[in-house]
This record gives sequence, C-alpha cells and structure tokens, in this order.
Amino acid sequence: MNAIIVSALLGVVMMFSGIIVKNRSYHTVIAAGGLLLLLLANLLNSYGIWVIKVDTHNMFNFEQFGMYFNTIAIAATLIYVLLSGKAVEKIGSYSADYYALIFFVLCGVSILSAFNSLLILFLGIEILTIPLYILTGADKRNLKSNEASLKYFLMGCFSTGIMLMGVTLIYGGTGSFILGESKVPESALMPKTSFLEIAGMILLFVSMCFKVSAAPFHFWTPDVYDGAPGVFTSFMATIVKAAGFIAFVRLFDQHTELLGPSWKILLSFVIIATLLVGNITAVFQQSVKRMLAYSSIAQAGFMLFSLYGANDLAREGILLYSVAYSLATIGIFAVLIKMKDYTFEGFNGLAKTQPVLALSTAICLLSLAGIPLTAGFFAKYYMLASAVKAGGSLWLVVIAVLFAAVSVYYYFRVIQAMYFKDGEPETEEITGPFKLGLLVVAALVILVGIFPSLVLNWFYF
Amino acid sequence: MIPVSLILIPLITGLAAFFLKGENAAKNWALLSSAITLAVAVAGIFFLPAHDLSYDAAWLPQLGSRFSLMTDGMGKMLVLLTTIAFPVIIIATARNQYKNPGSFYALLLLSQTGLLGVFLAADALVFYFFWELALVPVYFLCSIWGGEKRIAATFKFFVYTFLGSLLMLAGILYLYFQSADHSFALQSFYHIKLSAGQEALIFWLFFIAFAIKMPVFPFHTWQPDAYEQSPTAVTMILSGVMVKMGIFALLRWLLPVFPHASAQYAHLIIILSVIGMLYASLIAIRQDDIKRLIAYSSIAHIGLMSAAVFAHQQTGLEGVMIQMFNHGINVIGLWIVADVIEQQLGTRKFSDLGGLAQKAPAMAILLVVMAFANIALPLTNAFVGEFLMFNGLFRYNIWIAAVACISIILAAVYTLNMVQKVLYGSTTGVTANAREIGGNVQWMLAILVIIIIALGVYPQPMIDLTKDTVQAILANR
Repeated sequence: MNAIIVSALLGVVMMFSGIIVKNRSYHTVIAAGGLLLLLLANLLNSYGIWVIKVDTHNMFNFEQFGMYFNTIAIAATLIYVLLSGKAVEKIGSYSADYYALIFFVLCGVSILSAFNSLLILFLGIEILTIPLYILTGADKRNLKSNEASLKYFLMGCFSTGIMLMGVTLIYGGTGSFILGESKVPESALMPKTSFLEIAGMILLFVSMCFKVSAAPFHFWTPDVYDGAPGVFTSFMATIVKAAGFIAFVRLFDQHTELLGPSWKILLSFVIIATLLVGNITAVFQQSVKRMLAYSSIAQAGFMLFSLYGANDLAREGILLYSVAYSLATIGIFAVLIKMKDYTFEGFNGLAKTQPVLALSTAICLLSLAGIPLTAGFFAKYYMLASAVKAGGSLWLVVIAVLFAAVSVYYYFRVIQAMYFKDGEPETEEITGPFKLGLLVVAALVILVGIFPSLVLNWFYF
Repeated sequence: MIPVSLILIPLITGLAAFFLKGENAAKNWALLSSAITLAVAVAGIFFLPAHDLSYDAAWLPQLGSRFSLMTDGMGKMLVLLTTIAFPVIIIATARNQYKNPGSFYALLLLSQTGLLGVFLAADALVFYFFWELALVPVYFLCSIWGGEKRIAATFKFFVYTFLGSLLMLAGILYLYFQSADHSFALQSFYHIKLSAGQEALIFWLFFIAFAIKMPVFPFHTWQPDAYEQSPTAVTMILSGVMVKMGIFALLRWLLPVFPHASAQYAHLIIILSVIGMLYASLIAIRQDDIKRLIAYSSIAHIGLMSAAVFAHQQTGLEGVMIQMFNHGINVIGLWIVADVIEQQLGTRKFSDLGGLAQKAPAMAILLVVMAFANIALPLTNAFVGEFLMFNGLFRYNIWIAAVACISIILAAVYTLNMVQKVLYGSTTGVTANAREIGGNVQWMLAILVIIIIALGVYPQPMIDLTKDTVQAILANR
C-alpha cells in the first residue's frame, strides 16, 4: 500500500518540480531522492508500518512476496537512474516529466504485485503501460520512436481489450472478480467449472503473454525496443517486464487446475515457441540493441518456467531472475547508450579504450548467458529446478538448455568484439562516477552469483 | 584445509596478477604461485594425515549444497599432475612474448583453480561450478592470445563444452530431486536408485558432457582446431590436464552413479572409442603440422582410456589411472618440443623441417624418448599404462581388443614418421641455423624424461596411490 500511495504522490511532485526547477540535472537528483523515499516507505510496509490503512475489500492482497518484489523493482530503478540519469536528461527538454512517468510506472508495478481482484489487475496493467507509450515516443522528432510508440499503443490496447474480455467472461461464469472464487450456487444446471471461466482464463493468459512478450504474441517487442530511446528500452526490458511476470505468476500459479492437463501442454508450447523465436532470431541481428530486444524474448522463455513449475522454487526463482536479469540488462544498456554505433562492430576494441566498460559489460553478458559465478546462473538454475521438481518435464528442461547454449552465440559476439577484435569504438564522454556505478553493478552480479541466498534470505526474514 | 588452500592460492594470486605490469613480474609471480601450490599439494598428499585432505562448509543451505571437498587416490594423482604441470609449463614457455602478460598469467592461474576444484569437489554443484570455471579462462586465453583463426576455433570449443555442461546440469538437477536427503553430495548421489529408463536418460545427459570434454568420437571435432589455434602454453593445459577432467568425471560421477546404464551401454561406447582411436590415428598419419599431429594422437590415446574405463576390469582401470598421469606428462613434453621448434624456426610444417639432430643433439635425444613414450615402448611410463589398459580390454572382449591394438602400430607409424622428418635427413633452408635448446627449457624436458623413465621402470607407487579408487569403482557394481 505504501508503495502505491508514495509513488503516485512522487509522480505528482516530479511534475511540479519540472515547472519550479529548471536545471535538468537537479531533476535526476530529485528523482533519486524520491526513489530512496519510496524504497524506505516500501521497506517500512514489509515491517508492518503503514502510511494509511485502507480497507480494500479484498481487492488487494499485500503479501510478503509482492512487497519484496517492490523492493527489488524500486532498487533496480534507483540503480538505473543513477547509471543512466544523464541519458534521460538528454532525450528531450522534459526530463522531470519522464521521471514523473517512471514513478507512475512504479505505481503500476506495486499494484500488480498486490492485486487480488481482476479489476485491480486491469487497473495496474493500464497504469503501468500508458506512461510507457509516452516514454517510447519521448524522442518525438525521431520517426522510429514515433512509429514504435504508435505500434506499442495499438498492440497494447488490443491486448488490453482481450484481457477485459477475459475478465468479463470470468465474471459472467462465476459472479466474482476474484480468481477461484465463485458466487454462483452449484446446481445440476450449472457445472462446478463453467465454460465461461475456462475461456476467460485462456484470454487472460493470451493477454498476459502479450504483456511479457512471449511468442507467438511477441511481434511488437523488437520494433518497440529498437525504436524507443535506449534509456527507456532499458527500463521497459527490465523492471516493467519483471513486473509483468510477477503479475503473471500471481495470477496463474494457483488456479490452473481448472484448465486440467491441457494447461501444461499450452504452456510448454508457449515456452518452446518463445525460446525458439527469441534465440534463433537474436542470432541473426546486426544491431546490439535489437539483439538485446530478442534476447529479452528469449529470457522471457526462461521466466515462463516459473509458471510451469508453480511451486516455492518458482516463486523464489522469479524474484532471483528479476534481480539477475534486471541488473545485467541495466548494466549493458547503460554502456550501449554511451556508444555512438549500436552495431556489433561498434564494440570492436572496446577493451583497449575503455577496459572498465568492457569488463562490466562482459560480466553482465556472462550473467545473461547463465555462466556459473554470475547471478544469471542461479536465476536459470531456479527456473529449471522448479520445472524438474514439478516432475515429468525433463524433456522441456533439456530443450531449454539447448537454447541456452544457442544464446551463448549472440552474447559472446559482443565479448568477441570488445576483447578479440581491433577497432576504434566511439563513445560519449565517460565519467568516473559512471565507471564506478558500472563496477558496482558487475560486483553485485558476481556476488549474487556466488551467494544467491543474499537475495533470497531477505524474502524470508 | 589443504584442499581449500589448493584452490585459494591460485585463485587469489590469479586475481592479483591482473594488476601486474611487465613481462617478468607477471611470469615470476605465476611461477611463485604455482610452485607454492605444488609444495602444498606434495606436503598434503605425502606428509600430512588423511583428515586434512577433506573440507566441508555450508554454502547454499536452502539448496542443499555444501562446499565440500575430498581427495581419494585418483584425486591425489590428478592434483599432483596439475600442480606439476603448471610450473613446468610456465618455465618451458617463458620465452614466449605475450601482450598484457599480467592478464595472461592471471587467466592461467584461474584455470588452474578450476581444474583443482573439479578434481577435489565432493558436491555436484561445486563440481559444476569449477567445471565451468576451468572453461571460461581458457576461452579467453585462446581467443586473445591464439593463432589466426582463434576466434572461430575457440568459440566452437566453448559452445561444444558449454552445451555439454548444460545437459549435465539438467541431469544434476534431476538427480538432486531423486536423492533421499535432497542434497548434491557425492555420497547421496551414489545411493540414488533409479528405474532403468530414467537411469539411461540421465546417463546420456552426463555422458555427452564428459564425452565432449575428453573428447570421444564423434564429439571430437572441436579439439584439433582448438589445440592448433591456442597459444602453446594453453594447448599444454588443454591436452595435458583438462582432457583428464572428462576421464576423471567418468570414474568419479558416471560409473558409480549409473552402474546399470554404464554396463548396458559399455559396448556401444567402447566401440565408439575404438573407432575414434583408429580414425584419429589414420588422420594423424596424414598431418603435416606438428601441433595437429599431436592433437590427433591425443584423441587416439584418450579413446583407449575411455574404452578401458567402460571395460570395467581391474587391470584396465589401474592402467587408466596411471595413464592419465603419464599421458599428461608425455603430451606436455611433446608440446614443449613443438613450441621450441616453432619459436626458433617459425614453422611447424614437417615439409620445412629436417636434420635437427645434427644441430641440436640434446633436444633430439629428449624428443626421441618422448616419442617412444608416445608409442608406449617398454621402459617408458606409457607402456605400463597401455599394457594394463589393453589387458583390461582383452578381458572384456578379445575381438574389440584386437582391433584396438591396430592403433599401436599406427601410433608407431605417425610418431616415428614425425621423428624422422623433424630430426633426421638433411637440413633444410629453415633448419640450417637451428640452435640447441638452452637453459630452463632443456631442464624441464629433462625432468619430464626422468619422470617418463622412472615411472616406466617402477610404476608401483602410482598404482598404490590410486588403488583405493579402483577398488571402490569395482566394488560398486
């Protein structure tokens, strides 16, 4: 609750600070301070101190899992702002407004991590995505950015429509907006699970697949991620995507027995399709930014295992995955937006001219590939372990593992360019604090990779 | 504490070496570190009580993984091989110039950390970690300091082995959930009872990982390219020590955990191994490049070891144990000679070489001894190992053994051919100005030759050292 209220208020504060404070670099400072405040408010919440106690009539369910995810999302945003704040200021002349929109996104994130009623899920999704449509088009003189924004908007509306349809059908079938609850009295005429409820759940599943860019509903992702300004792609591909998954897991890990055995078949089809599309297409990219867009689809394929497993390991795993994936991707994007040339060749010889950038990018890439000693290994490990624990799905794990080997190909292309090829990469000015920030991110990636319990223990404190 | 310090010394010195500037500083630092590691290993294996040789600490309590290390006879032998190999390699290749020497030696020491960790691990997750840790530094070593086609060759190597490791990870996860106490400990894995179908499936997941690492036919295609393109110091680590990871893993993890599946598929794997031996030997005959010849000859030797492992006879297993050590010593010796020739004359092609015996008699003698060891002539260490392995193979199946024996003849053909083309005949334009190898390199070769002859005449200490592992493996089925 604290996170929802405070982030909404901070969004308003940011909007006004745009009018009052003219110096753009102060906006970043204010945003960072706001995020610290938000982090504090959310932590207080998890210790049982509430800003306002509201009776939400069972529409929200503030559980430890969701609040802990809020902590992760806010902390990741803080790291993101500290690393890439300068780039946000350069996009356009409304940096305070961009930060305001980011706070609204965080408000959406904290709603999604706590919703209980499907109406609140719908609200959360809308609050999360509408600011993103604007952020995607923030570079308003760039045609690609405009195109991406429009495309994202149209596809987003379409999938929201499907979601609403699903919610309606479920309400029609059960008389309740809460999944698994039925207000319709059982009778001979009405079977226990109605057809409407199952149809509604499938529609919900499809729309959530849209939101987390799982194949075959992924087509908007590459264009949007490529067209949006790099800083905002970084935000969308990490915190927003992880939040989508948290909503997905909270929605579906309880009530899938309604769908019977076909649920696992449906889900494994989506997982394999996502891994296939993401990995194979990423291999053929020439631009690192576009490669990262496809790789985010591939990573979504792994995150979907948390739905497949649907056990305690899956819940822990999706949190760990959020941390590992967000840290690594934020780190890589922070470097990418400093580059003048987004192609693989643009990275040639970076290890010689900017060893710190190259080292931290390499560590982040190793983490995305899931090499041991980096956070990404345990993230993937938990996902696969949850599926093995659920039983009967070793074949799916083996397929996933094969695709993980494919992913090495495109992640290592960047490492090869940086370390083994010669070139004169052009970068924007690199400051000392930026390097320090990158090193901190890389160190965190390794630390979590050796002691994942650092992240997970917090969950149980 | 001995196993922990064996891992920590190269790890810490390796990380520190990244910050060293200058050729000599880095080299001496690496040499000092590997010498200390060797001293610790020798002291721990021969002079300290056995309880110092295992270690156990909490690592990931929620996952049921403990940071536990152990040493049995095979572990001791391979630790000894690794710790001897590194100082020898560093001294023998000291004349090679590297750009960024600090990073080069740092990565070298980190790969030693990985290797030692693999040989000591008593927990599947720890094992997996070190298995990968050994791979990543080698990938960077080959890709930065390797030959012309290094990027493609090492990438192939990396993807192959990484794919294998990931399949193994899937297998490890499966076993973890089958184990009674939900732990990754080696001992819990040994007590898992699987149905025949499950056992066969998981067996293959593990076997492919190990087969790629060894490498066994048909998973060997990464190997000749990787050996040829790597800087020679790294090739020595790859072929001298790292391929032993595969054989070691078969004996430590595969045979005891999947006794029935290993028996069931032994025939198929032995046949594959024998095909690999003959195939690699035939290709070796046609090579015109010293490095590629040694690479293919190495595939043939590893094939024999893999066949002897699956034959599951006492003599064969004893042979595998000592041959793991011997092959490491012999192949490192051959690589040193190849490196000396390449550094001095700038070529590795037989067609450019000849008559080196007139110019460098000492090197000629040392090379001939090592070539004899490569053919496994009596009085060299390899004779004992190969004899025992063929003996085991004969007990398993006389026809397979007979076919496998052809590889001895083929080995003589390509090895003696190499000796003849390199050392004898008239000198060519390239070799006219060849000099004797000097100083430290010669001493290193001499030490290796002494080990070769000493273990050839009296191999009993090596058999005694690894006896407990052989007994444990045999008792398990």
